[in-house]
Amino acid sequence: MSTFKKPGFLAIELDGAGWDGADLARAVLAAESAGFHAATFTDAPVPARANALQRAAFAGPVTHTIALVPEVDTVYTEPFHVSTQLASLDYVSRGRAGWIATAADAPEAAAAVGRSAVTGAALGQEAAASIEVSRRLWDSWEDDAVIRDVATGRYIDVDKLHYVDFQTPAGFAGVGYSVKGPSIIPRPLQGQLPVLVPASLLGEVRADAVDAVLVSAPAAELLAAEVRDVRARVGASIAVIAELDVVLDARGQDAAARDASFDGGRAAFAGSAAGLTDFLADLLKEADGVRLHPASLFVDVEELGRLVLPELRRRGALRPVAQGGTFRDLLGLERPASRYATAAAAAPAGAGK
Amino acid sequence: MTQHTRAKSEIFTPSGQIQFGVFFQGVNSGTIWKAAESGSQTDFESFRRIAQTAERGLFAAFFLGEGLRLREHLGRPHALDVVGRPDAQTMLAALASVTKNIGLVATQNTTYNDPADLAHRLASLDLISGGRAAWNIVTTDNAWTGANFRRGGYLDHADRYKHAEAFVETAKRIWDSWETPDGPASRVLHQGQRYTVDVTPRLPRSAQYRPVLFQAGDSPEGRNFAARQADVIFSAHPKFDDAVDFRKDLVERSVAAGRGANAVQIMPASEFILAPTAAEAAEKKEWVRSLQIGPQQAIAYLEQFWGRELSTYDPDGPLPEIDPVVEETSETRGSGFHGAKARQLADQWRAEAKDKGLSIRQFVTSKTARIDSTFTGSYTAVADHLAEYARVGAVDGFNISPWLIPTGLDDIVNHLVPELQERGVYPTEYRGSTLREHLGLETPVRTADEAAAAVRA
Ligand SMILES: Cc1cc2nc3c(=O)[nH]c(=O)nc-3n(C[C@H](O)[C@H](O)[C@H](O)COP(=O)(O)O)c2cc1C
Repeated sequence: MSTFKKPGFLAIELDGAGWDGADLARAVLAAESAGFHAATFTDAPVPARANALQRAAFAGPVTHTIALVPEVDTVYTEPFHVSTQLASLDYVSRGRAGWIATAADAPEAAAAVGRSAVTGAALGQEAAASIEVSRRLWDSWEDDAVIRDVATGRYIDVDKLHYVDFQTPAGFAGVGYSVKGPSIIPRPLQGQLPVLVPASLLGEVRADAVDAVLVSAPAAELLAAEVRDVRARVGASIAVIAELDVVLDARGQDAAARDASFDGGRAAFAGSAAGLTDFLADLLKEADGVRLHPASLFVDVEELGRLVLPELRRRGALRPVAQGGTFRDLLGLERPASRYATAAAAAPAGAGK
Repeated sequence: MTQHTRAKSEIFTPSGQIQFGVFFQGVNSGTIWKAAESGSQTDFESFRRIAQTAERGLFAAFFLGEGLRLREHLGRPHALDVVGRPDAQTMLAALASVTKNIGLVATQNTTYNDPADLAHRLASLDLISGGRAAWNIVTTDNAWTGANFRRGGYLDHADRYKHAEAFVETAKRIWDSWETPDGPASRVLHQGQRYTVDVTPRLPRSAQYRPVLFQAGDSPEGRNFAARQADVIFSAHPKFDDAVDFRKDLVERSVAAGRGANAVQIMPASEFILAPTAAEAAEKKEWVRSLQIGPQQAIAYLEQFWGRELSTYDPDGPLPEIDPVVEETSETRGSGFHGAKARQLADQWRAEAKDKGLSIRQFVTSKTARIDSTFTGSYTAVADHLAEYARVGAVDGFNISPWLIPTGLDDIVNHLVPELQERGVYPTEYRGSTLREHLGLETPVRTADEAAAAVRA
């Protein structure tokens, strides 16, 4: 596999750019000009951090190539809102949006909305249900639903809009629910946004419901094996993305001396730019992509952009950054037809009413 | 920041100024999609173009509406009008990066959201935009819209505003919870009938302290709610006499609520059809109306009250002689019409149309609400008319719905704004960097403790 594998991609977590618009723009532009393919926005509930999806939306109009991928919780949110917000992000980023679907397991998240805490396998069920709702709603307007037909006075062709009639499956551990549809926004530019999940949610979330899996390991030397493991479970068509904390020798300071307090239980790399380049070149033979969590956003991004990404590009380990490309293009995914497209003639919206 | 701009008083003092907002409507029949120059309703470029034009014209605010289920007509999605629009806050967060001054107003519903989540997202927008966010609080709810949500939802009218008020009070407590810009935040607890919140807020105050609050409900309960809670009311009363009455009504309510006569500003929904001369404007209006209410819309409008298909009727002929199917009356859901007695209404309308000699199309054009909110005329005449509103303080501004996207504000900004500036009734620069400053609103001065005390159990 490694001989024929396509070059990989690099994502960067922009945590550290919390809520100030100017900081946010500076961070995402630094990541884009450093050559990263994707920026992610954590929604972990820590102080002084604005809503992840809005941070990504703010970055949309000021960037051109970088994919913008916020975390959005699936447990304590309304799936209908989540779907609409993500579709809107796709519009404001001209097709560069993705979604890291998470399942909040902190009791505080439940208390904030007055629900009882969801735990264990139920978390994955919530994620699976919410992903399914979004996917159906994104398909609920066929691509050519807006017809603007002056002769008949119709702005849309109602036969190309579809009720999604989602219902949580039997055995759903939480409070079951239904979503009617159709969406209130036309189909996203990408048709379907790429959906990423942490590997911990696989199982309840079926691999074929997602486009990429985020893989963690307790130490850097275990990461490649973990990637191989997940690859074996999900198959070749799902992108496997390795998670890596990074602290580099920078500004005359040794990585070891720099204060890096990583918390995610992720594999970490501390050392020189050259060492990281070699490590990533090897890792990208196994993983489709790597997401870096820099110890210091501005310090490490500068070093990465100056020393690591150019060298990986020179070695042919990285995909080109495509002008005008979508996030799906980056992941090598086709733009899918709406699941309702062929059923249009058989079951138009409202036919059953 | 402007503090205590107009002192709390029982006497209303006109500011002598008007401001503009722009309401990018999307879903409705007012936006013309049939003209060659009609652009996309979803592409970001359309939004950017409107927002940047508005900012060039020193508009105070850019508004987005919200409708959480597609309008339906006779049991299927309504096909004849513009439909499909982005999520308000996502779009506004994107616009924040390509605008500098204009306020960003998101219409958001109190029934289908959680207070802690919505307050956090609005605070996010407020911070990201440097203190330019506002929330247009709406309470529209029905089980039909609830079918899109986990929580479902239907409240009767009185409960709707009780719930909305507890919701807004909780949101304010969340925004007020940081004692100093560096925190710490105090925990916010609310145990109410409809929801429970237990949250330690995560975001500090913005440059304008907290999002500005707009309200857009017109019932007595809605107006009282606005008088107690809102900074600005997005009203449905733009005609001069009506606007003056509405001001009087709102001043009374706001004094009764203990907030003084000047606490709540008024910006009615409006539409402008302008040209160099009155004759050209009148001609333009004919054209605009013919595209807003085409033959199919005219028939569909009646169908929603008749509850049956009327497509065999001639739009240029008289109203249908057949009667509505009363029990099946199916108003275009989501359009805001409620429970008209169809048979009675049909009789009344037939008589009215006959009396005035109106065809279906002419009758429907005369019935649509927007008739009352349109200002038609030459740039100078309309400017003179608006200056009169400013002089008596009938309104604080107008929330303008452009009938063409994305060029619909061009003539307003290029021609009407300079006329108003010449008359001394329109800003010549942005007063500051926040929406609160543009509008000349007082900065709230509550602390977290006072906020907690203000919530009635
Ligand atoms: C000018 C104006 C604009 C409104 N825009 C919206 C909107 O975008 N979304 C919505 O759900 N309701 C909207 N509403 C509805 C009101 O907020 C309110 O929920 C509705 O009028 C019912 O309340 P009421 O009985 O107090 O009038 C609007 C109302 C007015 C007057």
